[in-house]
Amino acid sequence: MQRMGSLNRRSLFAMIGAAAGASVMYDAMTSMGFATESKYSGPIKLHGDPKGASVLILGAGVAGMAAALELRNAGYKVQILEYNDRAGGRCWSLRGGDNYTELGGATQKCEFDKDLYLNPGPWRIPYHHRALLDYCRRLGVALEPFIQVNYNAYIHSSGHFGGKARRFREVQADFHGHIAELLAKTTAQGKLDQPVSKEDTEILLTALKQWGALDDSYSYKEGIRSSGRRGYDKPPGGGLSSTPIASKPIELRELLQSGVWQTLSSGQEYDWQSSIFQPVGGMDMIAKGFAREVGHLIRYNAKVTAILQDAHGVTVNYVDARTGGAPEQARADWCLCTIPLSVLNQIEISVGTPMANAISAVPYASAVKTGLQFKRRFWEQDEAIYGGITFTDLPICQISYPSTSYGSSGKGVLLGSFTAAAGNFGFNATGAYEFTGMSPVERVKKAVEYGALIHPQYREEFENGISVAWHRVPSSFGCFGVWSDEARAEHYRNLCAIDGRILLAGEHASDLPGWQEGAVLSALDAITRLHQRVMAA
Amino acid sequence: MIPDRRGLALLGILLVIGAAPVGAGDAGTSMNGPGTFPQQEGAALFQAVCQGCHQADAQGAVGAAAYPALARNIKLASAAYPVYTVLQGRKTMPPLASYLSDAQIAAVVNYVRTHFGNDYADTVSPEMVRSAREAH
Repeated sequence: MQRMGSLNRRSLFAMIGAAAGASVMYDAMTSMGFATESKYSGPIKLHGDPKGASVLILGAGVAGMAAALELRNAGYKVQILEYNDRAGGRCWSLRGGDNYTELGGATQKCEFDKDLYLNPGPWRIPYHHRALLDYCRRLGVALEPFIQVNYNAYIHSSGHFGGKARRFREVQADFHGHIAELLAKTTAQGKLDQPVSKEDTEILLTALKQWGALDDSYSYKEGIRSSGRRGYDKPPGGGLSSTPIASKPIELRELLQSGVWQTLSSGQEYDWQSSIFQPVGGMDMIAKGFAREVGHLIRYNAKVTAILQDAHGVTVNYVDARTGGAPEQARADWCLCTIPLSVLNQIEISVGTPMANAISAVPYASAVKTGLQFKRRFWEQDEAIYGGITFTDLPICQISYPSTSYGSSGKGVLLGSFTAAAGNFGFNATGAYEFTGMSPVERVKKAVEYGALIHPQYREEFENGISVAWHRVPSSFGCFGVWSDEARAEHYRNLCAIDGRILLAGEHASDLPGWQEGAVLSALDAITRLHQRVMAA
Repeated sequence: MIPDRRGLALLGILLVIGAAPVGAGDAGTSMNGPGTFPQQEGAALFQAVCQGCHQADAQGAVGAAAYPALARNIKLASAAYPVYTVLQGRKTMPPLASYLSDAQIAAVVNYVRTHFGNDYADTVSPEMVRSAREAH
């Protein structure tokens, strides 16, 4: 094998890319055209008169309501059937006074104070999700920054550092610093395989020194230079006590073995880069915005039991989701079905084998979130953590602090657990299944127990909590569609194609699984094709 | 020329760091927890893996769709059916092959087939699970 272990140019860049994170890689990817922004260029225009054509939409989530809004504006007769007694689907917020009954029958009453909420589903909107952001603008949904990366939040590896959580800034500064030192020394010694040119070597050394906060001898060590990144033992002050005291970096060996480096790229991935937003007051402000436009078209509590098409239209059978009772029917010329595949694969639907097989080919992610209310915002008051995410290898995986109402003297709700399992990928995948198997009361109890290992204040300050396990959500039977590469290659186009008078939309019919942007783009793509079909008839 | 040992170790680690996989949804990057379930006994595995959907009493649940009851389920008569379903998934049920060993799948299938009103005498061995896993 050629010079195993040596650094050639390519692996050097791979290494820098990995260490520097996605921003560097992303630049390269962009120049190669791999990373593109949302394919959205403003509100769609469905020209021409559909002459009274009707569309029955199944599901009043973001996909269904976006489609309803545009089809109605284009002159279609639109009606929507929705399983829940509310609009929004997975675009959902839980607030004080809300009741939520999960599969299995356990009912939780949310006891949060006024204005406090949990977004059980989507909770952030990247700047490049242009379609969804445009609907926010059109619907008057106010946005505020979501803090993805907080340098003062923690990374916690329970078997290391005596169980003590380390600040993100310490981990990042030390990880970058040690890598920069290693690479700088290798570079300075001329040990690069197929070395970069002399001129580039000098630039690289200068860059590493800056990037890693190295001193003049290319060392990363305790001192004011490194403390300027990682923070001080005693920060600069005023008067007679002004002199800063430097802090001591974590050893590379400990950094590597603790695994804390795993979360450093959390804000560097394209999907989570700044700027990233949340609706003011809860994600369901988007649902409410859509419902202001198309809410009157929605029949709530409608459980679809069959989707049947003939040469002239589509008939959908449904029953009342709460009471059962006599089947009812809705009929239209066309049907846009946004029901999650995890549910749709159990509903009789008269489509051809290709679409039917596609509907059954996509398992859904397991994911659990828990919201916890505390008497005071101790994370701000005691620990200077304003928004952002703490990562831990405990089963709760994440603690996210509210990116709003900073400095409020009232109570606060934080996200006390967020675990997810999506196919072969999953951070603490098994934790998502285990949390789902617990009762809601147990989930909250566990979230408090584990969280107290990072924030001991939990024990004194905790008041109440609520938990949503997505495999127990009665309307969706899972969190989002998990496409394997093989399934996507075999089934994706069949899933999205128009089958007679039926077509599908939702995040599952997109290349943005689990994102509302995918739901919106799939809906716009579907109704554009539908409209072409109608106008051609 | 060989970099010092520290450099070698570093290179090895850096080159395996991946980006968040495509298809991760809005879940993001986090610390890796265990990639497989630690439980080994059938009852503990049922609680950790199965009861989230099929419920603690194995009676299943009904909403917009349904999770089937595993209790008194005649589809369990053939052991191959639950083994295959756990490995590969089936419609709403996600595949669990990557989270469970052959021995764990055998244990949980044996547990379900002898509890909740099920009383099937034949047992599944880890070897049978391995054969099923390799067949797909």
